[in-house]
Amino acid sequence: MKHLFAPAMAIARKDLYAEWKTKQTITTMLIFSGLVIVTFSFAFDPSNQAVSALVPGMIWVITIFSGILGLNRSFTQEKQNDHLHGLMVAPVDPSAIYLGKCLANLIFVLLVQIISVPLLFLLFDFQVISGVGLIYFVMIVFLGTFGFIAVGTLLAALATHSKSSEMLLPILLFPLVTPVVIAAVQATRIVLVDQEGVSAALSWMQLMAAYDVIFFVVGFLLFEHVLEV
Amino acid sequence: MIETIGITKTIGEKMILRGVNLRINQGESVAILGTNGAGKSTWLKIVAGLLKQSNGDVLLDGVPRKKDDYSQQQRLGYLGHQSFLYEAFSPVENLQFFAKLYQLKSPDKRIHQLIDDVGLSFFKHEPIRSFSRGMIQRLAIARAILHEPDVLLLDEPHTGLDQQAVSLFNRLLLDLKAEGVTIIMVTHDFPQINAICDRAVILRKGKIAEDECIRGRPVSWIHSLYEGEALSS
Repeated sequence: MKHLFAPAMAIARKDLYAEWKTKQTITTMLIFSGLVIVTFSFAFDPSNQAVSALVPGMIWVITIFSGILGLNRSFTQEKQNDHLHGLMVAPVDPSAIYLGKCLANLIFVLLVQIISVPLLFLLFDFQVISGVGLIYFVMIVFLGTFGFIAVGTLLAALATHSKSSEMLLPILLFPLVTPVVIAAVQATRIVLVDQEGVSAALSWMQLMAAYDVIFFVVGFLLFEHVLEV
Repeated sequence: MIETIGITKTIGEKMILRGVNLRINQGESVAILGTNGAGKSTWLKIVAGLLKQSNGDVLLDGVPRKKDDYSQQQRLGYLGHQSFLYEAFSPVENLQFFAKLYQLKSPDKRIHQLIDDVGLSFFKHEPIRSFSRGMIQRLAIARAILHEPDVLLLDEPHTGLDQQAVSLFNRLLLDLKAEGVTIIMVTHDFPQINAICDRAVILRKGKIAEDECIRGRPVSWIHSLYEGEALSS
């Protein structure tokens, strides 16, 4: 455990600090999400009630596409000076690299969501949820994002060995995250639009939780083999 | 101390190493020589734990190396072709990060001492993206010895260093050698081999072709050993 959690925290802290200094990844992610929100807010009439049905899907469009930008950079920046080898020659469990990267990527995407989702609600004149609905909403966003990041981090490490990793990652990632994206969109729609069917949202949340556990454990166990490719 | 027994490495269809048997004792400083593609860096990476051998064993103090034996990994310092350093960080921040990875206790004093030793005192807090190749290499050396390894694995460490940095680096290596650190250096730089190493191992086509003591020998003799002429003359 000594060679797992402490190095994982060091790697996550290093990624966050590097981002704090350069602001490259988070800026790109925020610009992308802003662009999506503004484009859709002009494309559809926010005063039309039917448009509110689009909001749950838009939350996940922003999450997935801005998340991919972050995931790509997460490992391509480690290739620059062979940083991955630097981590591999240290007395560090390879899973610690996965854990640290997952944590940093999750924080980046959650930060983007914290900024872009309220903006989305504002521009679409969406009714602000509160109480139990808000708790459900936060849990759904976290579960969906965690599943996406757990798979994305593993595949980003795999794709980084390829010269065209930025093209390869979405190709590998989209089929695998489809279940969690469907569950996340459905659960978000229920909580935001059709609040009477909260029990149905719970089923989707259970599906996401199971997906998260399975793919996090798979990533955790397989990561050392991904590094050896 | 370090022993490789029958190491082979095949990448695709190509056999890079063909049964390398080599024993290096504690405190020895050994140069690994060979033409491009002879398998020097591959052998070094296998010893460092970056590559897995196809066959054979790597032993550290008689104990086979295992990937989850972190105490063995803690005893090795590796300097590769790349620096492994983060360009957005200053020398202090880079070394602090690696100190955390190696779980060093109170590393600040050592970090500042090492930065002074490699002659980067005035640039301690500058992001290294503006550093020259030589300055980065000096910091990379500090990174490799930060955790006070017993074995130092160096892959062409003099590349990109100016004359002043070469003598500074050699002095550092000779100090480490005097402390009993085992130094294994892949290089083509014969004057530096002569200054630092006691033994030269020459790889040809993935096999050990020569293994000779070079202490007190002139550079020309090492060069002819490399060319395969010294022992026959």
